[in-house]
Amino acid sequence: MSECNCSCDVDLKELDFEKMDDDIIVCRCEEITMKEIREWIPKGYDTFDELKRLLRVGMGPCQGRGCRDIILREISKMTGVPVCDIPSGTIRPPVKPIKSLLTASKGGEYE
Amino acid sequence: MSWQKTADAVVIGGGMMGMATAYYLAKLGMKDVVLLEKNTVASGATGRCAAAFRSTWGGELNIILGKACIDKYEKLSEELGMDIGLYQNGYLFIAYSDEQVENFKKCIKLQNSLGVPSRMLSHDQAKELCPGINLNDTKGFYWHKRDGHADPMLTNFAHQEAAKREGVNIQKFTDVTGFKMTDGAVKGVCTNKGDIDTNIVINAAGAWAGRVAALAGLSIPVHGERHEILATEPVEFGVCPTFLMSYDPDFYMQQRPHGSIIAGCGPSRYRKEAAPFNDYEMGDCWNFLEHMTGVMNKVLPRTKGIRVVRQWSGMYDITPDMQPVIGEAEEMKGFWMNVSGSRGFMFGPVAGEMVAEQIILGKTSLPIEKFHWSRYARGEFLVDTAIA
Repeated sequence: MSECNCSCDVDLKELDFEKMDDDIIVCRCEEITMKEIREWIPKGYDTFDELKRLLRVGMGPCQGRGCRDIILREISKMTGVPVCDIPSGTIRPPVKPIKSLLTASKGGEYE
Repeated sequence: MSWQKTADAVVIGGGMMGMATAYYLAKLGMKDVVLLEKNTVASGATGRCAAAFRSTWGGELNIILGKACIDKYEKLSEELGMDIGLYQNGYLFIAYSDEQVENFKKCIKLQNSLGVPSRMLSHDQAKELCPGINLNDTKGFYWHKRDGHADPMLTNFAHQEAAKREGVNIQKFTDVTGFKMTDGAVKGVCTNKGDIDTNIVINAAGAWAGRVAALAGLSIPVHGERHEILATEPVEFGVCPTFLMSYDPDFYMQQRPHGSIIAGCGPSRYRKEAAPFNDYEMGDCWNFLEHMTGVMNKVLPRTKGIRVVRQWSGMYDITPDMQPVIGEAEEMKGFWMNVSGSRGFMFGPVAGEMVAEQIILGKTSLPIEKFHWSRYARGEFLVDTAIA
């Protein structure tokens, strides 16, 4: 199949899927692409927390819900280490972002 | 990086203190430098800290050191070839009592005499600097423009990349289990991965440095204390455009250029019981979240609708006078300590360079000898009135 079956006129043969992959935004909160992740894994940043501290993946409002599995799979692909053996990073409270007013001690006490 | 069995020096700890030490040792010409990190680089206190640095201390040594750190931080991105996210708009210190105002004035006098142009600010000036601030109950403010913050993780990693270029061998997930010693001198390091023969060891293990020293039979008073901190979702920059800090009540908050607001305080503010001595558990508690968001909303009411995305904790490395413990052990030749006293991110680049210079050149530009822990046996404590 050389033509896309929707109404657009993209010729699939002309697309470079390898490169397209690079442009995928893996962490949507912090807008980090697959390319950036692939650049740093071979430099030794091959655990989730190292990439988190370097690129901020998983530090945004979704706290890694979207990117963690994708990144762990990518680390596994590039290093040959099974996903289950890659340190998967710490999951921190709160479970979901929560307005600070809702958790604040009454009236915002100093003491 | 492959394992090596001998080294000119082995640095223990991959935080800011250890990484900077390794980097400067190699930069000053040492060939075989190995750095051991029990977890991953920046996973200890550095990667968990409040990201700030300042010269506005209450003791002469800290002011001199703090000033040297700012000079260094201003050039780090260029020197290391990686952006460290520097932001300088001062610490706005807030006093809630007349006594604190008097302390501010004393600190300013000392700071000014040492070339740090800090000054008192009026309520109007404080409001101009941080428009959302709640001025109720406040008695006075002081500020020094060149204090500020940077990204601690990027600063740590920038040193790591530079250290690697200088040939430093960095081994993560490597736990130190003991030392080889003969005739009062260190001869090697034993780890879970194997032994490394060396005549120089630098213990930069932060809160864990006392435990590491104990493996060499040394009793050095450094222990851990867990502090908690939170971060909000990123919001438009300018919500908290200066670093806000108060000693009593004890709190700090700041906004990174990226947009997140970071806020924290000491454990005595939200723990009903005192933290146990040597509390090494990295936990998070509801009491902290409740207390801290309360303080944040009161000090800066515009934060009420901003969401907290994450809370975490980290270890302060506590020493008897809350000051650095740096130097070579008198009873163990070649065994060095490089511990900051809970400000490893802030002092790391300078402390690392000082220790490296002392080891390689036998001298250094700053008065490093004053930080030797032998002061405790003599009953001497370094005094600083500007520590929360």
